[in-house]
This record gives sequence, structure tokens and C-alpha cells, in this order.
Amino acid sequence: MSHVFLGIPTAPRGVGHLRGDRPFPEAAREALRDGQLRANLGHATSTIRAKRAAVVGELPDWEQLRAAGRAIKAATMARLDEHLLELEARVTERGGTVHWARDAAEANAIVTRLVRDTGADEVVKVKSMATQEIGLNEALEAAGIHAWETDLAELIVQLGEDRPSHILVPAIHKNRAEIREIFLRTMPDVDPHLTDEPRQLAMAARAHLRERFLRAKVAISGANFAVAETGTLAVVESEGNGRMCLTLPQTLITVMGIEKLVPTWRDLEVFLQLLPRSSTGERMNPYTSLWTGVTDGDGPSEFHLVLLDNGRTATLADEVGREVLHCIRCSACLNVCPVYERTGGHAYGSVYPGPIGAVLSPQLTGVEDNASLPYASSLCGACYDVCPVAIDIPSILVHLRAEHVEAQTRLTPEAVAFKALAKAMSNSRLWRTAQKATRLGRLLARGRPILPATLPPPASQWTFSRDLPTPPKETFSEAWAREHRR
Amino acid sequence: MTARDEVLARIRTALGPDRPPPEIARDYRTTDERTVAELLAVLTDRLEDYRATVLRCAPDAVAATVAAALDAGLGAGWDPASVVTAPGLPGPWRPGGAAEDDGRPAAELAAFAATLTGVAVAIAETGTLVLDGSPLSGRRALSLLPDCLVCVVEAGQVVSGVPEALTRLDPAAPLTMVSGPSATSDIELNRVEGVHGPRTLLVVLVA
Ligand code: SF4
Repeated sequence: MSHVFLGIPTAPRGVGHLRGDRPFPEAAREALRDGQLRANLGHATSTIRAKRAAVVGELPDWEQLRAAGRAIKAATMARLDEHLLELEARVTERGGTVHWARDAAEANAIVTRLVRDTGADEVVKVKSMATQEIGLNEALEAAGIHAWETDLAELIVQLGEDRPSHILVPAIHKNRAEIREIFLRTMPDVDPHLTDEPRQLAMAARAHLRERFLRAKVAISGANFAVAETGTLAVVESEGNGRMCLTLPQTLITVMGIEKLVPTWRDLEVFLQLLPRSSTGERMNPYTSLWTGVTDGDGPSEFHLVLLDNGRTATLADEVGREVLHCIRCSACLNVCPVYERTGGHAYGSVYPGPIGAVLSPQLTGVEDNASLPYASSLCGACYDVCPVAIDIPSILVHLRAEHVEAQTRLTPEAVAFKALAKAMSNSRLWRTAQKATRLGRLLARGRPILPATLPPPASQWTFSRDLPTPPKETFSEAWAREHRR
Repeated sequence: MTARDEVLARIRTALGPDRPPPEIARDYRTTDERTVAELLAVLTDRLEDYRATVLRCAPDAVAATVAAALDAGLGAGWDPASVVTAPGLPGPWRPGGAAEDDGRPAAELAAFAATLTGVAVAIAETGTLVLDGSPLSGRRALSLLPDCLVCVVEAGQVVSGVPEALTRLDPAAPLTMVSGPSATSDIELNRVEGVHGPRTLLVVLVA
């Protein structure tokens, strides 16, 4: 089943940050020339991979938690309408107001109106992928409302007039020296003797934001989880900027994708174990805030929850692709991806980079608007292995490639090849014939392990950026038959 | 059609009529055989791993140990009037002369050097203290604004893991889970302690 035929709208063009301005291979080729970027990414991702492996290895029941996480999310999606209605009822009972947004433009309009109603001309923000996706800061800016990003990495990106490149650490592409330079250039009251020591940099951010937290009237956040049964929302963070935003202002506005739900309070026992170990490689992140509506004398007196579709229901319509809605945005798949590690996040165009971005963005926008992303992978499978909710990213990539090929009217050589492959793989006689035919390649290789990159076109398009191993003398099934013959 | 009706209709179209939710096997650990003494040792180890300071004491030595914790956090000779406590904190735990939180504005709260609270639950395996907005834990701003946080944890409040902790908590309460001092991993993915929340966390463990 393909969503295109059901008429469910995808995320609209012209608003938000789900589409790049050029195809992935072009952007990636440029990123690959940036040695500093590659060094920064290589250093950061190898650090986090080791930390994650250590704390995941510590739990004897990791695989059981992972299977439960996957099942809970699948159960959530199967009854998404009912769970959303339950969430709405619980939040409303507890003094909150729930808003629904079909797409980015509608969500931006709702939030802008809510901020205007308070009379505030500035807001403090907790890092949130949903608000980046819809381009909320730009929308607020256009209405004369300034949004202060308060997460350290978001602040670095905002001050540097840069774009986020990682879903957990948006400034992962910057090293400490570059961050120091940005702070010196853009923070008005910064100590001119600021060094690039991480602790000093963190202190500079603390000083820069302290007053703003204390005077802010409105905060905007995302949510990591929402519990349908109780109406509880959860934000998982490290620095305490989240707590400042969720606690001090009078008005709190939370923008949340409709897939962020879990059905029951008990379900959090799974995700609060899976998320911190997968994302920052910690047993637990420093701060997790859980709140249900408003509480007298503690925190905001007004709470608004904006439920965002923006292509999620279109994604839900695809029986294979809907699994991406299980994602808890831990970023483990980015950190292990050999493609992401080399190209960085900007090359993906969308705010969702890496393996999850390659399967999520094309579904939110419709595959034709992000057509190169399903190919931004070597299908090595490392993302699937680390994913805490076991999303089979490689299979979804292949599925989206097929959908892309299907949607093309003009047949490219690649499309013809994929179609022929699909046909051959579905028929064992054809498949054996095709495998035998690859042995002709041995003639070209003349004993080398890898075929020359100078294959004639159109095959050179493929081998330009890939090594094609010389086909073996016999197929696996032939070798098996020979070795096991009695 | 309202946005609400339209989003719900899209979901129903996307899923179709036949959509049985899958079974959820909860065969992960939800209980623990370890003794209280073992759990306290694990909790201490985890907290220290986050660079929190843990001081153990007997039930009749809480006041003296709180004073020692404040010595460590603020330096000897601290002013009792610069310490604010949760309103429900037992009298015998409080340093003489400490202020009690009375819901004053955030800017005034931020002027205190240290906060003293109890907790609702502590999770050994993750080194987590859970504050629940009760008089003993105090409102959320109290444990956030002053730069030094001292929490008193009693042995009976310590559970093994996250599943056990959630069964003890009220979802309707404003909950804060605290695992170490405020920190960031945003610079080269290395953990650095101390950003916007308290830079110093001291735990008085009563057993
Ligand atoms: S796809 Fe899986 S590994 Fe990647 S960010 Fe989402 S939950 Fe994490």
C-alpha cells in the first residue's frame, strides 16, 4: 500500500526544514572535502560509540527491553487515534489546552498566536526536533518574537548562524576551538580571556542565559514522550535549561509529533532505560522532567500542547515505512553510520540526518521531494543493530528505493537494473542464471579482487563511488552443494 | 473539518479497519534480589560516577552530616541564611538559621547559595534521585536555582531499577529525576559537569 494513493497530504513545501536545496551526493561530495569536519565528527562519534557500548553491555536484559520498546511503539501506532483522544482528555482535565495542527504552517500559526496572546515579544526554547522541523523560530521572528535557544549546542548553532547537523548534538560538527571563536564573536558580555576548555565554554553559556531564564514569560518545548493514560509529558535533558524553561515561565507551549505517545505510565519503564543509554551513553541523563497539565504553585500556570501531523499520517499509511514513527530520536544510528561519520549532517538537507533521516524525511515529504536520501546508505546494517526500538532501517531504505523507482516515469539505467533484480530474485531459475552471468565479470577483473572503476557507462555511474568486488568462481549454493556432497 | 477531526480521519484512513495491536512481552527485569546494603553500595557508586558526593550516616546523625555536606559544597564558614530548605523537611535535619521556601519569586530563590531537600525515591542502578513536588521534595524551582543541591535519602526510599521506581510515583505530580549535577555532552560529546542546573550535588544517605 502506498500513501500516495490514499490522498493523505505529506509535509507541505515552502515551510520548515525537511528538504535540502540539492541532492545528497552533491552535498556529500563537498562535505567530504572538509577535513576539519571529518576530524570533528570522527572524534565525537567514536567517543559516544564506546560509551554507549559500555552502558548497554551492562544490562543483561537489553534485548528484552528493546523488543518491548518495539512492541509498545507498534501497539501505540495500531491505536493511535484512540490514544491521542485519551491524551487530549487527560491533559484537558488537568488544566492544559490541546491544539491540533495538520502541518508545519498551521502549527507555527497556533504557536505564534499563543505567544502574542501573552503579550511577550521573546520566548525561551528547549531543544526540540519538532520545532526545528516546522521552522518555528523563523515564523516567530517574522511575527516580531525572538526565540532564545537555550540548549548549549542549539545556542552554538543559533549564534553561529549555522544549521544543526545531529539530532542530539546539533553542533557536533564544531570543535571546542571553533565554539570559543563563536562565543567571543557573538556574546556581548563574554570574558575576552575565555579559553576553549569545555567547562569554561559551558560557564559562558550559563552566564549568557541566566537572566533570560529569570525574566522569560513564555517557554516553548518539544516532548520525548507523552503518556496517553495519564496525560503526562516527559522531557529528557542534561543541562537544566529544559527544567528552567519547563518551570519558571508562566506559559509553557509544547509542540509534539503525534507519534511521540506511549499508551501507559508503565511503558515509560522501558523507554527511560532505552533512551539515555542509547543517546548520550549514560545510565541516566542528568534531568528528566515529567508533568501533567498544570500544578498549583509549582511551574507554569498555563499549558498548551500542540499535536503535529506534518506528514506523519501519510507515513503511517505505508505498512512497511510506518515503522520509522517508532523512533525515539536517540541518535545512536547516526553515531554508528559510516556514511554519516564522513559526510556529517548538513549533506542530508533535512533536520533529520543520518540513517533515520534517510528513511524519515522522504516519507514526511513524499519520496519525490527527497529522492536521493534512500540511496544515502551502504546498507551495512549497523543502524539496525544499535536502534533501541529495533527499526529495520536497511529494509525501509530498500523499500523506499523501490517506491522511488516505481514513481519515476523516465527509466534510468539504475531503475532498469533494480527492476531486473527484483524480477530475478523472485524466480529461482532466473536468479541462478543471473548469478552465473556475473562470472563474466571475472574476465574484466583479470585476477584482481576488485573490478576496475573504469567500467563503461552506465555502469561507471555506479562504480564511481563504490567498489565492486570481483564475482567469485562459484555461488554460495554451488559451494555448499559441493562441500556437503556425500 | 477541524484540524482535530482531519488528523483523526487521516489516522483512520492510514490504518484501515483491521489493526490488532501486537502483544507486549515484559520479560525484562522488574524486580531485584539484591539486599538493601548492596543497593546502597550500587547507588553510591553510580552517584560518584556522576561526580556527586555521597555522605553516609546513621538516622541520628543527619543534621551533622548535612552540615558536613554544606562544608564540602560551600566551603567551611557558610552562612546558614544562604541555605533554603523544602517546606516539609523534618526540623531535626535543618541547619539552625536556614530559610524555608515559602513560594517566593524565582529571582529571590536564585540568590540562595544552597538548597536542602528530601526525595521521593532513589534508583540504585541508574544513580537517580526522584523529587515529586511534595513538601519534602519542594517545588521544582527550589532544586534548580541555587547552585548547590543537598538531598537527604533514606534507605527505605532506595529501589533497584526504573520499573520499581515508577510504581512508587504519582504520575500526576510534577516529577524531576536528577542523576548527578547538571552536565552537558555538547562539546565534542564529552560530559562536562555544571551548566544551568546546580553545579554541585551532595547526597546524604541515611541508613
Ligand atoms: S532510528 Fe533508532 S537508533 Fe536511530 S535515532 Fe531513532 S531510535 Fe535512535
